[in-house]
Amino acid sequence: MRRVTRFAAAASASALLALTATACGQSFAEANRASHAGVGLAFDIGGRDDHSFNEAAARGTENARKKLGVNVKMLTAKNGETEADREQRLASFAEAGYNPVIGVGFAYSRSIENVAKDFPETSFGVVDAVPQGKNVDAMVFAEHEGSYLAGVAAALKSKNHKVGFIGGVNNALIQKFQAGFEQGVRDTDPKTKVTSQYLYPNNDKGFNDPAAAKAKAGGMLDSGIDVIYSAAGQSGAGAIEAISKRKGAWAIGVDSDQYQQPGLAKYKDCILTSVVKNVDVAVFDLIKSVEDGKPLTGVHAYDMKKKGVTLATSGGFIKDIQPQIDAARQKIVEGKVKVKETP
Amino acid sequence: MKTLTRSFTKDKVLLALAAPLLAIAAAFVISSLVFLASGENPLRAYWIMADYGHYSDSQVWIINKAVPYYLSALAVAIGFRMNLFNIGVDGQYRLAAFAAAAVGGAIALPGALQIILLIVIAMLVGALWSGIAGVLKTSRGVSEVITTIMLNAIAASVIGYFLQDGRLAIKDGNLLHTRFLPESSHFFSFPTHPKPVYGFVVIAALAGFVYWFVLNRTRFGFDLRAVGASEPAAEASGVSVKRMVVISMLLSGAAAGLVGMPTLLGESFNYGTDFPAGIGFTGIAIALLGRNHPVGMAFGALLWAFLDRTGSRLEFEGYAQEIVGVIQGVIVLCVVIAYEIVRRYGLRAQQRKVGEELAAQARTNENDKAEATA
Repeated sequence: MRRVTRFAAAASASALLALTATACGQSFAEANRASHAGVGLAFDIGGRDDHSFNEAAARGTENARKKLGVNVKMLTAKNGETEADREQRLASFAEAGYNPVIGVGFAYSRSIENVAKDFPETSFGVVDAVPQGKNVDAMVFAEHEGSYLAGVAAALKSKNHKVGFIGGVNNALIQKFQAGFEQGVRDTDPKTKVTSQYLYPNNDKGFNDPAAAKAKAGGMLDSGIDVIYSAAGQSGAGAIEAISKRKGAWAIGVDSDQYQQPGLAKYKDCILTSVVKNVDVAVFDLIKSVEDGKPLTGVHAYDMKKKGVTLATSGGFIKDIQPQIDAARQKIVEGKVKVKETP
Repeated sequence: MKTLTRSFTKDKVLLALAAPLLAIAAAFVISSLVFLASGENPLRAYWIMADYGHYSDSQVWIINKAVPYYLSALAVAIGFRMNLFNIGVDGQYRLAAFAAAAVGGAIALPGALQIILLIVIAMLVGALWSGIAGVLKTSRGVSEVITTIMLNAIAASVIGYFLQDGRLAIKDGNLLHTRFLPESSHFFSFPTHPKPVYGFVVIAALAGFVYWFVLNRTRFGFDLRAVGASEPAAEASGVSVKRMVVISMLLSGAAAGLVGMPTLLGESFNYGTDFPAGIGFTGIAIALLGRNHPVGMAFGALLWAFLDRTGSRLEFEGYAQEIVGVIQGVIVLCVVIAYEIVRRYGLRAQQRKVGEELAAQARTNENDKAEATA
């Protein structure tokens, strides 16, 4: 009996404490109202220094800092986050007066939608997703079109006629990269075999596990594949490292021009090209529109026609096949080639 | 002899208080050292955390975040109480939530019926998945640590296979998720300010009570604890250890099935690529933190959620993001070590006392004997 009473007392005391505390307390937003503080940038898994996707967004804010003189604050997502964590991150920006608040990555899709409702005066932006909301700018990219060109380059450069694709996580977004790449290879050289593999079926760890990408690339190289395109955020660096150790093998980078990344300088001689997603341009556009007092809202598609996705030429490794690549780009821009979004 | 038992209970209370106090003090000291080593002022950090934590939106957030943590800790603790390490809570709750979401999106029963059905499905699927590990352990002698870890990976792949466009998922931008649950399966919530608290907090409290009652007030719970304390002794007194292993694995998995329910029925209303993962592992830390005690784990879950909430605030204030992870780890280690130190100290003190008492008795006997012969 003694234990029962003790248990009941402890439970009811803590429940009472919790409910009284929540019922009459003040919320943080009410206690701390702030005005214009700058740009809030919330990164996806991997953080600023992923040499890839997040880095591209950071470059956009960097430009804005230089050209528009705005202040920038960045926060990074952790592995295994819940919706609540993401909402808190975005809300803490908005509460502190950051405007616009930008979520980098489709993981922020729902959280942007929810938080944007609570802060109607603030402009929100999200990359790779189309959430609803009057104060939301959705920036989407034609990854499949850029990846198509990577497929063309891979098919032309592969000596063994075997090319590979490594995706970080098997989700709808990365499937766009895979679909475009496979189609590009097939349309250029039907005899070239494409092997597509993913690091994780559905764990966001796929975007910050370079060791897994390194092992995956190693396996592909051993089977004779000599051009590997990885779309895996920070993990991609692992694949590039493995490829750099194999003579005659090429890596194709993603999101940023990875040849130019200081963190990857050691391996840059094996980086054939990169499918550049101009997230920086989209981010800059939004910041500028907010600074000008006419914030962008609705869906903004950055496709090949608008140069939202491009193929990097740094290093000059694809100079010899540039005519074929330009021809393929032309066909996409003119709509003669329709690139599929799902493999 | 009477004085001896009384002093034991007094010591017991002192020791019971000593362990958490020691753990808290040690955690504070080590965390402060970590802050200092990274060139930050620990006092300012604690102040930021306390200040941010006291706002109502923080408290609602913390309670909502703690509910799945607590359920996960319960699932782990059921295993812990009989020396079974169910590392697979993560896979169990995800597969369970996925199955419940898939069924829930396909049918629409009226009101409470639908919710009950979904919860039952989740518990069954969780139990089924952990039951595989239980059966493998009893029939083939495979360690449940290995099988549950493997089953996590298999669960992830199974979900990955079915969570594709055209199978059980629909594509929504770059997200893939199961069909939305109908309105009838939305769980109620408490209208607190500014955001509501999940009604599932009631189920969590109920689960905590059932855990306590079954373990401490039923024959089954006694058998379970007996097996945990000593397998051969339990076997000798007529408990079928194999049966207990399978049943407790099933129960642990059923509890794990509840972990995803607050999110599914209270927030997301579907299972998508953005469904939270990793709560099963947090549950292990919280079960350790709460010493497998239903109230202890509740405090552990709340503490963990508090650190999650205020830790993100620290990042906002310019502290390194990783620092809260370090603090969480330090707290778990401090609790485990402090309890072990206090337990050993208590054991030694008890032995010493018994020894002294016996020696004193022996001395008086000697004296009596000496007097008798004299």
